[in-house]
Amino acid sequence: MQLTVWTYEGPPHVGALRIATAMQGVHYVLHAPQGDTYADLLFTMIERRPTRPPVSYTTFAARDLGGNTAEAFKRTARDAVARYAPQALLVGASCTGELIQDDPGGLARALGLSIPVIPLELSAYQRKENWGAAETFYQLVRTLVEPVLPSPATPRPPRAPGVAPSCNILGPAALGFRHRDDLVEVRRLLDALGIRVNVVAPEGATPADLARLPDADFNVVLYPEIASTAAAWLTRRAGQPATTTIPIGIGATREFVEEVARLAGVDPAPVLARLAGLPPRRRAGAAPLAPAHARLPWYSRSVDSTYLTGKRVFIFGDATHAIAAARMASEEFGFTVVGLGTYAREFARDVRAAAARYGLEALITDDYLEVEAKIAELHPELVLGTQMERHTAKRLGVPCAVISAPMHVQDFPARYAPQMGIEGANVIFDTWVHPLMMGLEEHLLTLFREDFEFHEAPSHLGAAARAPGAEAERAAESFAPSAATTASAPPDAAPSLPPSAAAAVSLTPPVAPAPASSDTLSWSSEAELELKKIPFFVRGKARRNTERYAREHGLALITVEDLYDAKAHFSR
Amino acid sequence: MSTSDTASAPPPAPATPSRCVEIHHERGQHQVFCGLTGIIWLHRKIQDAFFLVVGSRTCAHLMQSAAGVMIFAEPRFGTAIIEDRDLAGLADAHRELDRVVTRLLERRPDIRMLFLVGSCPSEVIKLDLARAAERLSATFSPRVRVVDYTGSGLETSFTQGEDACLAALVPSLPATTDTTPSLLVVGTLADVVEDQFRRQFAALGIARVDFFPPRRSTELPAVGPATRFLLAQPFLRDTAQALERRGATHLPAPFPLGAEGTRGWLQAAADAFAVSPATFTAATAAAQDRAERALAHYRPQLAGKRVFLFPDSQLEPVLARFLARELGMTLVEVGTPFLHRAHLAADLALLEALPTTTRLTEGQDVDAQLDRCRAARPDLVVCGLGLANPLEAEGLTTKWSIELVFSPIHGFDQAGDLAELFARPLLRRQRLAL
Repeated sequence: MQLTVWTYEGPPHVGALRIATAMQGVHYVLHAPQGDTYADLLFTMIERRPTRPPVSYTTFAARDLGGNTAEAFKRTARDAVARYAPQALLVGASCTGELIQDDPGGLARALGLSIPVIPLELSAYQRKENWGAAETFYQLVRTLVEPVLPSPATPRPPRAPGVAPSCNILGPAALGFRHRDDLVEVRRLLDALGIRVNVVAPEGATPADLARLPDADFNVVLYPEIASTAAAWLTRRAGQPATTTIPIGIGATREFVEEVARLAGVDPAPVLARLAGLPPRRRAGAAPLAPAHARLPWYSRSVDSTYLTGKRVFIFGDATHAIAAARMASEEFGFTVVGLGTYAREFARDVRAAAARYGLEALITDDYLEVEAKIAELHPELVLGTQMERHTAKRLGVPCAVISAPMHVQDFPARYAPQMGIEGANVIFDTWVHPLMMGLEEHLLTLFREDFEFHEAPSHLGAAARAPGAEAERAAESFAPSAATTASAPPDAAPSLPPSAAAAVSLTPPVAPAPASSDTLSWSSEAELELKKIPFFVRGKARRNTERYAREHGLALITVEDLYDAKAHFSR
Repeated sequence: MSTSDTASAPPPAPATPSRCVEIHHERGQHQVFCGLTGIIWLHRKIQDAFFLVVGSRTCAHLMQSAAGVMIFAEPRFGTAIIEDRDLAGLADAHRELDRVVTRLLERRPDIRMLFLVGSCPSEVIKLDLARAAERLSATFSPRVRVVDYTGSGLETSFTQGEDACLAALVPSLPATTDTTPSLLVVGTLADVVEDQFRRQFAALGIARVDFFPPRRSTELPAVGPATRFLLAQPFLRDTAQALERRGATHLPAPFPLGAEGTRGWLQAAADAFAVSPATFTAATAAAQDRAERALAHYRPQLAGKRVFLFPDSQLEPVLARFLARELGMTLVEVGTPFLHRAHLAADLALLEALPTTTRLTEGQDVDAQLDRCRAARPDLVVCGLGLANPLEAEGLTTKWSIELVFSPIHGFDQAGDLAELFARPLLRRQRLAL
């Protein structure tokens, strides 16, 4: 058993629902107990879809368990087909449905329906949402494409002369992080390159559309978490190459354009020019800057962004967005990536390889407490993560931006907000810098009103002091120097104390054993006051470095001099 | 497996089935929450309790989706997710549960009561949570009391989770042999409402009043043969039975929604405690008058509007009574997941007094019900969030029903607020020039 409060991914049948909801003409009959219909809310509320997801739940209850649940499944499937007249039917079980072993696939086959039936085996106790989406999409593609393909040995005929190259776009789905606008942006890139889009799937596609997938010359895979299994099968079976670059960020978009142009046999130069991001030069009478023009390169080079250099950033999310964010942070923002991780074990290898490029060991976990502990330990100045990291960062008082699912309703914005392509880079520049500006404002506030510094983050300190967990304690200790160094004082008394009183408290000998990290060290009142003059968001790191320095040099009492010695010692 | 299966048949209902209110029973797809969602408000009510769901990732995902906005807080609930290796053998599952609980209680030393909450998966694999609760109670006694109940979708829908939780707590209530009658108010109420009712009962001269659930698990009210209890919520069948088994007496009453309901509810207590009519009038007149004035404000907007209620919380018949009698709305259909005829007798009697034919539906076949709703084109549809936006997109005005469980709606001073919840979507539709 795994103790969890928040989960990064839902169960695999939610992934299947994301595929069914994205598509047209597909219905999903889900063998599930009463209550599992909560999943509809993800689509109607978080994504604000104006229609019910195309899913019929059997919603069996205890009284049905006596043996007629199979009959309930058959009735639901029959009714759904009669009512919704889908072109293809997905059938499967939720976690409880899996336990009662009614075999939806076999039951649906026994109904003798006249449409393709795709049984889904989703291992709810081993797998999760993204895997469920990928598997569902793969099964759909395979079932619907296989019958229209020539025998495996037949080579793919070359494209007829004069016919524009074409591709499919694979991956956009319901409940995807900015899938709606990414798709628009990628279509723009392909348009500009003169590449025709054959089918977009699963979003908006019908089963008949899926049967046309082999008509394209190649596949553009936007979200490997969802589409890589299907794309790999199409490569093997239909001879369609697939892209491997994810166009998030200027550098990655450039490589994506080059890759796509190579697969299509077209010239990438006109599109690459728009990615150069030269500072705009307005001539009299010239049109305003074209919308499809990268501003990130110039914004990032402009002197206003100099202060971004070396900002320490922690990145966590699904593999695709985390890897892309790390590259952008490092190459396009000039940040220092201090932590990189993912909850997607299926893509752990890719994230480990990416982390190695920044000299890091990737954090592969789906336990948000582990992520929280890592963030607390690393003292980043910016966290790029999911909805969960937003909450962690808020508790720890660290600026944060959301780069990946899971997300909440505010990350399904009304405005155009892609992550991919040219406009995506523009969006990302604004999104990531915005919380830092706020951080800087806080910093200035602190510098000139040091008496009130604890008021900067009273909530996180209060919450951490009340939470007895090891991780939370560590977080409190890392981000609240006085609470850690004054182990004898009640933790939640510290924030309300003026600095002098806090310093006085710190001189009283601890009555309880001090935490291991501060073992025999103590801070002089002057040094502690001096420490508080360090900007809030780097103070934790300064405290840690100073204590490390003191320990390495055998010091028991840290003075102001030691603080500055440590600063010189660790300066880069 | 469930208390509901073993439950004795409800006592004969005082109200015979009505000729005016037609009752239908329906089976099919249910579009309702499971009982786990009760944790969302129960964990805030009982402040030193922790709710540990023993279930699957689906359960954790449900809790997260339902409580997403509260994520900032350090929540007092979590899920022990059953994994493949737990399914291999039950002995392991119990060891695993002990490990998880030990870790949890180390992390949260402030917890005094731990609820092990059963889910569909834990029930299907027949994980014996009652035995686990007994074992863990022995281990962590006296600091922590461990109680089990089921919130599974197999057994419970939405608010029945609270019923299951409270029913599981009843055996833990201290016994009293005191012969002086005392009043117990049963069902989660907003703190502000609880305080209002305390003042109201004091004004009636009913001195000994307890509320169940209490705000802290250490303040469990005593129960005994002299205990009279009023249900504040209509979904407490098992809890009421458990209290009756402890010797307590149920006071039949309409539920305290709206001025009429609140008055009837207080009257039931007043009658049981022999409060004089003069005292009753003196204690309630001002508040009732305030409620009437607040309702008068919304009546012009709501009177004559046709309302259709989908099943959600079992509050529906009570809400329907309020909407029809106090605001003049016309009831098209009133759906409820479960209808406890004895507990709802007073409300149904009031409904039946209406010169209208209303379809009352117990259970659900959501597709058929949607067909009826679309055909009727009501002015207002009360439904869950899975249906609300799709119906709005079809041009129907909706009031999402879950809000009714999360808002202070009971008592005289909330009658206007309750009416406002229904008036707001209609007003909004008028305002938007879109």
